[in-house]
This record gives sequence, C-alpha cells and structure tokens, in this order.
Amino acid sequence: MKFGVITFPGSNCDHDAIFATQTCLGEEVVNLWHKDTQIPNDIDCIVIPGGFSYGDYLRCGAIARFSPIMKSVVGFANRGGLVIGICNGFQILTEAQLLPGVLLRNTNMRFVCKDVWLRVENTTTPFSNLIEKNAVLRIPIAHGEGNYFADADTIKRLEDNNQIVFRYSNEQGEITDMANPNGSINNIAGIINEKGNVLGMMPHPERYSDEILGCDDGLIIFKSIANYIHSK
Amino acid sequence: MNKKLYSEIEVSLETALELGLTENEYNKILEILGRTPTYTEIGIFSVMWSEHCSYKNSIKQLKTLPRSGGRLLVSAGEENAGLVDIGGGYAIAFKIESHNHPSAIEPFQGAATGVGGILRDIFTMGARPIAALNSLRFGELDNNRTKYLLSGVVSGISHYGNSFGVPTVGGEIYFDACYQDNPLVNAMAVGIVDVRKTASAAARGVGNPVFILGSSTGRDGIHGASLLASREFDEKTEGMRPTVQVGDPFAEKLLLEATLELIEANVIAGIQDMGAAGISCSTSEMSAKANTGMDIDLDKVPLREDNMSAYEIMLSESQERMLAVIHKGKEEIARKICEKWDVPFTHIGFVTDNGFLNIQRHGKQVAWIPAESLVLGGGAPQYDREWKRPEYLGETESFDSSKFEQEKADTNDFWKLLASPNIASKRWVFEQYDSQVRTNTVSSKGDAAVVRLKELPGKAIALATDCNSRYTYLNPYSGAMSAVCEAARNVVCVGAKPVAITNCLNFGNPYDPEVYYQFKEAIRGMGDACRRLDTPVTGGNVSFHNESQNHAIFPTPTIGMLGIIDDISKVVSMDFKQEGDFIFLIGNKRCELGGSEYLKMKIGEITGKAPIIDIEEEIALHNAVLEMIDNRLLSSVHDTSEGGLAVCLAEKAIASVRLGCRVNLGCSAGELFGESQSRIVVSMSPDKVNDFINTCDKFGVNYYQLGKVCHNDFIIENFLETSYSELKQVFEQSIEELLSRK
Repeated sequence: MKFGVITFPGSNCDHDAIFATQTCLGEEVVNLWHKDTQIPNDIDCIVIPGGFSYGDYLRCGAIARFSPIMKSVVGFANRGGLVIGICNGFQILTEAQLLPGVLLRNTNMRFVCKDVWLRVENTTTPFSNLIEKNAVLRIPIAHGEGNYFADADTIKRLEDNNQIVFRYSNEQGEITDMANPNGSINNIAGIINEKGNVLGMMPHPERYSDEILGCDDGLIIFKSIANYIHSK
Repeated sequence: MNKKLYSEIEVSLETALELGLTENEYNKILEILGRTPTYTEIGIFSVMWSEHCSYKNSIKQLKTLPRSGGRLLVSAGEENAGLVDIGGGYAIAFKIESHNHPSAIEPFQGAATGVGGILRDIFTMGARPIAALNSLRFGELDNNRTKYLLSGVVSGISHYGNSFGVPTVGGEIYFDACYQDNPLVNAMAVGIVDVRKTASAAARGVGNPVFILGSSTGRDGIHGASLLASREFDEKTEGMRPTVQVGDPFAEKLLLEATLELIEANVIAGIQDMGAAGISCSTSEMSAKANTGMDIDLDKVPLREDNMSAYEIMLSESQERMLAVIHKGKEEIARKICEKWDVPFTHIGFVTDNGFLNIQRHGKQVAWIPAESLVLGGGAPQYDREWKRPEYLGETESFDSSKFEQEKADTNDFWKLLASPNIASKRWVFEQYDSQVRTNTVSSKGDAAVVRLKELPGKAIALATDCNSRYTYLNPYSGAMSAVCEAARNVVCVGAKPVAITNCLNFGNPYDPEVYYQFKEAIRGMGDACRRLDTPVTGGNVSFHNESQNHAIFPTPTIGMLGIIDDISKVVSMDFKQEGDFIFLIGNKRCELGGSEYLKMKIGEITGKAPIIDIEEEIALHNAVLEMIDNRLLSSVHDTSEGGLAVCLAEKAIASVRLGCRVNLGCSAGELFGESQSRIVVSMSPDKVNDFINTCDKFGVNYYQLGKVCHNDFIIENFLETSYSELKQVFEQSIEELLSRK
C-alpha cells in the first residue's frame, strides 16, 4: 500500500510520519506538497501530520484548509479514501469540515507534552481494526489546543454512532477527569467521520512507533491501516 | 574614498560616549578612518565594539581555553558554532548562548528570540537542528516577579521551539536570590550535518552577489547588543523594552528549510545569520573572514517601516534574517528555492576586493570602513582588566561547616529538601516543551538527554547542561572545574563518552576587579578540567553585566556537554529496575556541606568551602562506569548532586515503576545530604556484583554497598521509612503548589 504525507509550511511532524510508515511499518510513502493540486492515483491513505501549519497564528488549521492540496483531500475523502489527521492534522480536518467540532485552547492555557493513556472505544474502523476492544494504549500528546468541543447534538450523534475512537483514560482504562489532559468533552481524544474513512486524533501515534524510543503502542494504528488496505 | 560621506548627524566624542564607546575607543576610530566618522559609522563601531560582539574584555582569557584538537572540525570562534566529528561522515554542530538581559525586561520575547538566535547559528552551518536545551536561573520562587519571569520565559521557549519543530530535550533550572533582578536564560541548540555539506560564514568570491534572506528589517532590537546587553540593570532598563526583538518561529522554520536546501543545491558561497548587530555584524564578519569587502545598497533592503535611516537599518536586530553570498550565475536556482518556501530573497550588494564596507543609502555613501577594523581578532579592542580576589571569600572560606556535617539529620529536613524548588520535579516546566518531535528522543528525563541519530543507525548522542553557581561563587576555580566534571559525569551516566563542550559565561560587570577575578579563575578551572577530560571548548558566549543596583549574580559558567554513544542498545537510565537489585555508591564518602542546598536551608546563606574536585578521581570514575555500562553490568545509574545521597536515591525511586529501596547511609546530615563531587549511585542484578567489583578495582575507584532495591518501600535505616508514592507526591507537586500560591 502507499501512504501520502502532506507537508504544509510549518508542518514539523511530516518527517516523523514518513519515518513511522516507511521505516517502522515498512510500507511505501510519498511526501505531498501543500501547493500540489493533485493527489496521485495510487495513494491509499493520506496523513495530515502535526505541526504549526502557517504558524497557526490565527486559529489552528484555519489557513491550511485553504491550501491548494486540501481541495483534493476533500475530494479524496468524499470518494472514500482513508485520511488520518494527527494533532494539527486533526485541527485542519475540523476546519475543512471533514470532521465535526473544534479544538479549543487547553483548559490550563498551556502547551502540554506528555504521555497519556487512550482507551480504544471502536475497534471496527480502518484505523483500529487490529486493536482489542477496550485496550489501553500509551501515546504522547503535544499541543496547546486539543480541547475537543462540539454542541450537544453533535456529541450525542458521535456517541450514538460509535464515532469516538479514542478517549483519554487512566492506565486501567477508566475515563476520569484526572486523565483528561486538556478539558475535552467526554475525554474525546480521537473521532472518525460518519462514513468511517476520516480519523482525527490529538495524540501522536507516529511518536511511539519505534521501540527504541521507549514505547511502540502507536504502531498498531498504522498496522491497522495497512491491514485494512491489504485485505480489501 | 575621497567622496564626501553623508552623515545625518554631526558626530563628536559625546555621540560616541552616548553610544557606549569610551574616549580611547573613539580616538582609535578617528585613527582608523583618518577622519570623523559619519553617524552610521559610529553606530556600526558602537555595536561591533560592544562587549557583546567584540568580547573585548574576555577574549584574552578565552584564548587560554583548549579550543581545538580531538574531534573538532573547526576551532572555537571560527564559525557560528562548534563542529564535532562523530564518524560515518557526519558532524554535530552545537552551541549555547545567553539572552539574559532581553528576558529580564520582556521574558516571553526575550526567551523566544534567544531560542531563535541559537537555532540560526546551527542551521547557518548547514546542520539541521535536532535538539534544544536550556539553562535557566531565577530568583527565589516565593515572589511574584519570579513567577512572572518563570512563566514568561518558559512559554517563550515553548512557543518558539515547539512551533519551529525542534525537541527541547533537557536543561536545568535553579532558583537563588542573586538572580532576582537578573535572571539567566541560556539556550543551547544541537544539529547534525553531513561533513561534505557544511556552509561557512565567509564572503568568498569577489563579484559574487550578496542577498538578504528572510524577514524584512524593522526598528526592533536597535542597540540590543550595545546598550541593553552590555550594561547593568538600573532604573533606565525598564524603558528599554523596545530594544527587545520579536520572534516569529514560523518564519524561522521556513528560513531553515530554504537555507538547508540552498546549501544542498551548492549555490551558497558563504552565509551567516543575523543576530546581534544585524547587517553590521554579518557584513563585516563575513568580509573580514575572507579578506574581502562588500558594497551594500540599503535602499534594496526590504523594510518593515517607513523612513528608516541608514543607521537604523544597519543596527536593526530584526529576527529571522540571513545574509547569503551566492555563487555568481546561481542566482536563479537560489531564487526558485526561496520561492518554494515563500522566503523573501533580495539582492542588496556585491563582494568586493578592497576590504571595505561601502554602504549606500538614498544614493549617498554613508559608511566606508575597513571590515577588518570592526571585528574580533581584527581591529576590535582587546583589554586586560584589573582583578582582585573578592573580599567575601575570606569569610566564606573560614566558615566551618563540620558542625553541620556531623549533626544528626532530621527527617523533616529530608522532606523539605525534596520539595525545595532546586530539587523538586520541574515537570510544570518541561511538559510545556515538545520533547519528542522528530522522533529521536530516547530519554529526556535522566542525567543527560539521549537523542538517537537516524543518519547513523545504532548511534546516539547525549547532551547535558550544568553549572552549580554556588560552588563557583565559593571558589571560582574549582567550581568551574566541577561544572565541567558534572556535565561530563551526566553524559557518562547514560553511557556516553564526553567529547566536547560549549560554554555560556554569565558574570557581573567586568570593570569590577572582584568580578574579573571570578571570571579569570573560572576560565582557568574550566580550561584545566577540559584539557584533562579531553573535551575541548567548541565555542559559546560571554554575558557580562549581569547585575542590578544591589549586587552581581553568582558567577555562572554554564557548560553544555556533548557525549557520544556508539551502541544505543546499551543506554542506561537512572530509575531502579528490579526488586532485589544491589545498590552501590561508586566514588567517595566525603560528606561536604559547603555551598549545599541543606546548608542554605539551615542558615539561609551560601557559604563554606566549595566541594573538593579531584580531576583524577573524576576520570577514573568515568572510565570505570563507562566500562561497566559497555559490559551491561548496570541496571540503573544516577550521579549525586543537590541534596546528596538521600535525594539521589529518592530520585531513583521516583523515576521507577513503584520501586523503592532499603539502604544504610549513616545518619549524619553530611552523610545523607552532603554534596561531594565525583559520586555515582548504581544498581545491578546480584549476578553482576563480582564483575562490578573487579571493574572498580581495575580502575582504582572506591565502592560502597548501600542496600537493595525493594517494592514500594523507601527505607533509609535509622532515619526514614516511607513509600514510593509519598516520595512521588511531594517531589512532583511542590513547584506547582508554590506557583499557585498567591
């Protein structure tokens, strides 16, 4: 299979996403440029990586959604292509309205970089099909604006449709306030669209895809994507 | 040359004095030029001959340091940062620099631009930044100004480094009353470069065009180097906030990518970042280095504001700019690369063969100065300063700390030490830094950071910053030696061989003979330690004038150490690993409390004798521990520092997964909390003990069995019985609690 990793000006986890999918996972990867208007036909999954696209001086992701490539990403997603947005990528996907809701400033108003525990709520998605139901993954976060918010109807719909894929939990998998690092509603860390082909998550699975860095819990997300594509 | 030069203002001795030059210096300028300088020229001289740019009061001392040899590819001071060969065709570029004065008056931007400046020093050499560290000093944490400065500085570093995309992997923070008015913000950056693709900061090739890359030029930062950084704090300082630059990490990120691509494309003849003294510094230094000159037309410089004078443009310290000399004929390739990254790329002049800076504005010649006359190593002044042994040393050295060393330790003191801001967890700070971007961070929480190198599979580097300024205050010579030794010890603790240092020398006013004594002695101690440890000084910076009306700071020669790890699978961390493991102290059982955190807690003063440092003892310790790690004997390694053995063991427990220990350390304050140097605490599985002892004997180092690792309990016999979770609670909550107290 083939991943396409987009680089916006200000992306800084693009190299990391390429390393995780190419070196750690062993799949093919191409780097896509924000000024490109076409997504190559053979791409199976687009990764919108973390960083500070265009400096994020306005609202995070608000400028990136107008990048030439984003029009093609929307088309790609509407045709059923897989898209995963990580951190800034998640913010861009909400700005592009491929995912509902918005990411607000963390409630403590500070950037936070640390390991969190994620309970996996939905293991039937293309991004989580190799994970056991209710498994708890250790994956780091690194963001100042990761506080997921949406109106009550949207949250209800997300809950009812099983669109919440990851929730912040403690090590035992319990969903507690203590385990919520940014104030997200219902401890939401990652959601999927209704069609099930676009995932956004604040934690960085690409950072824990290599055992030498102390943990490779994140790799199973990329393995799930490859598994989904290969068994299609 | 005979043309009449244009001066906006008639220059006199008074003008020179106002700009911070001395009468002698002014006379020297008259001599060099053979005429009265223009206003632009006197401005250029004033910044280039400022303490900050010329090192005029430090260079003679700095030249006594070991500055070449070993793995160094360039000698200290030759390029923007040091370059160390790590084999396999790669080199590490690294440097530490201060941004103290700007951070004191505008903590957020001051710290942010400090990070930006040091990152540019790294990528201007062609190296991609892979790690950042910082060494911070503030006043006591019990007052609101310190809290304001701390939170501003930390968010400034976080803002710039996180957005730029470099992981902040380590550093240190200390709190002491002497930094109350004058905090220290020392930023270090580390990059990796293919040795065939390094860039040089020399304006080579007569006729080559000169370009400005990056941001436009505004009025920010004018006289940052000369008037702000080169004087003490007083009632006027507050009004100098406009001399602090404003940082744009996004612009810097684009500048990084464009610069590296330009170097890769082989279109660059020479390149230098613009930091202190902006265009003045980059044009003169690049010309002087290549024995060339430059014709520069300031009308072509993209400006942020209207009606900027030649003087303002030459002195602006606007951030995120580079000066690049492009190979003639390669301009179009360069332009395309810059367009790709949306980086402005503007032709402003040419390299000439006459050795002069020839500056034009509005069709008039405003400066005609021999480039050589402006720079360090050329015409910039170099002074020997008067020095005198400080009077306070008589008092501190005669203080007898033995009474405290022998007194029976009190359990409450252990808890107070563990909660003291100098010892307690700095989690509140480091969680605001992205420590993992680029996915190379093997460890950011131990004695030294470990960063793997994707370019050289299996290899890693270790990085640490260190300086206990209390020891340098009590003994500038041995204290500086201890700073080098502890930085080296820190990288040894993760299994790295120390190879080179960068230094950031923070001192008071050099015109004060007692301060100059501290400086001179600290340099001597650092030189002796570096020579013996074979860790040459690759460069760094000097920050004088760190004082307010009340007093100078403690002399603070911060060391940034680079270590190399050949086999990443052998890296060890500080935390206990396994119940039943044996715990040993390697080193000595001196129980010194001079200058310790404990003594300060007891009597509220920094006094006594600085701990003894014996360089031969230190080297034997390093060699022994490195061999043990190489033979995989050790499960955990951590050196003792502030708070002594008791705190060291507590830290090993806190970092572990619910492990503690049962140990016997004695019960006197000296035994428990003494801060003697050259000591490392290790744990190992019982089957490794024989090999461990044999290795200690082989290197002639002393060892003492302290006890064993156990589950959850933390027991120091005849002194303390507690648990892993209680330790963790106190250690991790303390700073947050202090910060939330109004």
